Amino acid sequence: MALIISEEQKMLRDSAAELLKVKAPVSEMRALRDAGYKNYNNNLWDEMAALGWTALTVPESYNGLNFGFVGLGQILEQTGRNLSKSPLISSILLGASALRLSDNEELKTKFFPGVINGSTLLTLAIQEGKHHQVTSFHTKVILEGENYILNGSKVIVIDGTTASHFVVVAKIDAEIGLFLVDALSKGVTISKNVLMDAGTYADVNFENVSLNTKNKLNLNQDGVFMLDKLMAIAYSGLSAELLGICQQAFDMTIQYLKERSQFGVIIGTYQALQHRAAVLFSEIELCKSIVLKALQAVDEDEPNIMHYSHLAKAKLGKTVKTVTNEAIQMHGGIGVTDDADIGFYLKRARVVQQLFGDYNYHLDQLAKIKGY
Amino acid sequence: MTELTGFRIQTRAWLEANCPESMRQPVKDPFDLYWGGRNATFQSEDQKDWFNKMFEKRWVVPYWEIKYGGGGLTPEENNILTQEMTRLGCRKPLYSFGISMLGPALLKFATEEQKAYYLPQIVEGKIWWCQGYSEPNAGSDLASLQTKAINKGDHFEITGSKVWTSYADKSDWIFCLVRTDFESTKHTGISFVLVDMNSKGISTRPIKLISGKSPFCETFFDGVKVPKENLIGKLNEGWNIAKFLLTHERQMIGGIGETDIRKKVHEVALKNLPINAQGLIDDGAIRSQISDFEMDEEIFNLTIQRITDESKTGNNSGALSSFFKFYGTELNIARHELLMVTGGSEALFWGENENSEGDLARKFCRSKGNSIEGGTTEIQLNIISKLILGLPIK
Repeated sequence: MALIISEEQKMLRDSAAELLKVKAPVSEMRALRDAGYKNYNNNLWDEMAALGWTALTVPESYNGLNFGFVGLGQILEQTGRNLSKSPLISSILLGASALRLSDNEELKTKFFPGVINGSTLLTLAIQEGKHHQVTSFHTKVILEGENYILNGSKVIVIDGTTASHFVVVAKIDAEIGLFLVDALSKGVTISKNVLMDAGTYADVNFENVSLNTKNKLNLNQDGVFMLDKLMAIAYSGLSAELLGICQQAFDMTIQYLKERSQFGVIIGTYQALQHRAAVLFSEIELCKSIVLKALQAVDEDEPNIMHYSHLAKAKLGKTVKTVTNEAIQMHGGIGVTDDADIGFYLKRARVVQQLFGDYNYHLDQLAKIKGY
Repeated sequence: MTELTGFRIQTRAWLEANCPESMRQPVKDPFDLYWGGRNATFQSEDQKDWFNKMFEKRWVVPYWEIKYGGGGLTPEENNILTQEMTRLGCRKPLYSFGISMLGPALLKFATEEQKAYYLPQIVEGKIWWCQGYSEPNAGSDLASLQTKAINKGDHFEITGSKVWTSYADKSDWIFCLVRTDFESTKHTGISFVLVDMNSKGISTRPIKLISGKSPFCETFFDGVKVPKENLIGKLNEGWNIAKFLLTHERQMIGGIGETDIRKKVHEVALKNLPINAQGLIDDGAIRSQISDFEMDEEIFNLTIQRITDESKTGNNSGALSSFFKFYGTELNIARHELLMVTGGSEALFWGENENSEGDLARKFCRSKGNSIEGGTTEIQLNIISKLILGLPIK
């Protein structure tokens, strides 16, 4: 398969770029922060749903567009460029994908319509400690009579304070299950955390939460198998956002190098800065390739989907740190002021590179997959 | 079945039936290869057989037009042939700077008469070509070259010296850049000429490197007579040809078209380093360095694929060859650093056979030249920052 995007995917990218530049630029993100760390703008979310962005990865049999993850990746790249805030990551990349991978037809029929029209807001509750771990956690479910009883605590749940439902990853006997839990269920306590990207995340505690057995997402399929695929989607999708962050922070820095004058010359004429910029350019060229490859692997359901998604999150996690660090340094004093937008890119980059495993985590996984 | 699928099946079958087993083995030494030339000798019957079969099939340069001795394959067919040859590990029947460097320049800049004369000879392997670009005082600043070609009516008289002329001591002809206008600014007074190495006044001297023997030579011109019809392109406009060829050279050095299959660093490491109870490399620091390297290596290869795919839709910048050259050579250097680390004290052995590149220490030393030859890393970064990023010049 050619490593390029199709004409349709290009059109989607261009229209997303245009819309977000007008409706959700960095200034909008700044305004949401200044309004008490507001999650996102409801009107924008309605517009995204109206444009079909929420239906992109939903199968046609559930009235979705089934346009694929390369398509969703094009949008996430643009949200990365503009630091646009919305539940696209929590509800679509993570939540809708869990539903898509589920073999519970009843649950899919019931929940996809709300996901598509934007009224149902899903999010994934998986992490428990300070670091991303896929299969090592404590939250568990036991069968009591007709119902499941859920106990445990999850952290860093994206948009956890505004979500209507959680997809909770829990142990069930010796296996792993994914459960759909209404945020208003008895026994669910949600506490809000603001992270450095001005986003709101939640610690969610589940105490003897009673669940109908129909709420299990993996009825007959292996939970680890399903979770692996969901993680490949998460790693690849977040990498697409990181790519947008890299590109925008880099473009802003190049622009600054062409405008800023010191010692009577444009600072972009200095070779010390030119060479650093050229190195960053080269690293971003690599990033573009692996993000597209990982998203294509998801769409094609390739056997080495885990390998490519680890590669993407490792490379982007490493590069986004270098690019945003360099961006701040090359902006000089203005770069460390709150007035300048470039700092927002550093801060968002730090959060996204940490979510679902940083560079070190994925590098380690890559070596393990290859048997060293 | 599409036509291309049919072509692939036929190609695979033909290669399997006709490529001798010994021509499918990895190359250990550049002297294992067939370079052709006036004094050409085949190293083995298999090598001769393979060249002759490919020549009859018109696949020595499969993608050139039939009238120039090529096979007239479309880019898609040629891609398939390359893929199938790589799959079987087939060596190229003829290694030649005539195919990779001079040929493309002739196709773009030469007269029809020159093309009809030189190109078929390249395909037949009759002439071993070498390249005369750099000079002792013109390395990165290539355009400051001083080798003079003085106009003597029906011929030029060339005096000066070239350096880093690979295989000059074995070559039959040299294509070189010479100064033909001594008044004009440096880029405009350069011309591109072809010179018979048998001409009176030419001598060569091999250059020994930190890795030992090398194909590189110095080449000296002392009043060498060159007929005017050996000029390619217009007088004083040779810099355009030089730039075109440098782009080609960068892509070659940077890894585009690389067909040899190299061992993964982690496989070498697993053989050489202590392994822990889980079967993993015990030294976590080396393990992450290897994983980081292999990450970049694999993604760089994907990037070659992506940009090749993009260029098929006409979406490409020639300056990207600077990115390939820079990144590809730095990766190769990093690879040799890691091989030295994993090899430990054994990697330090200095084999006595100076022709053999089989030992790690010599290869490591040789890799240091990669970020210098064909335009240094610093020159590539200059090109990226000016031509791609549009950063201003002082």
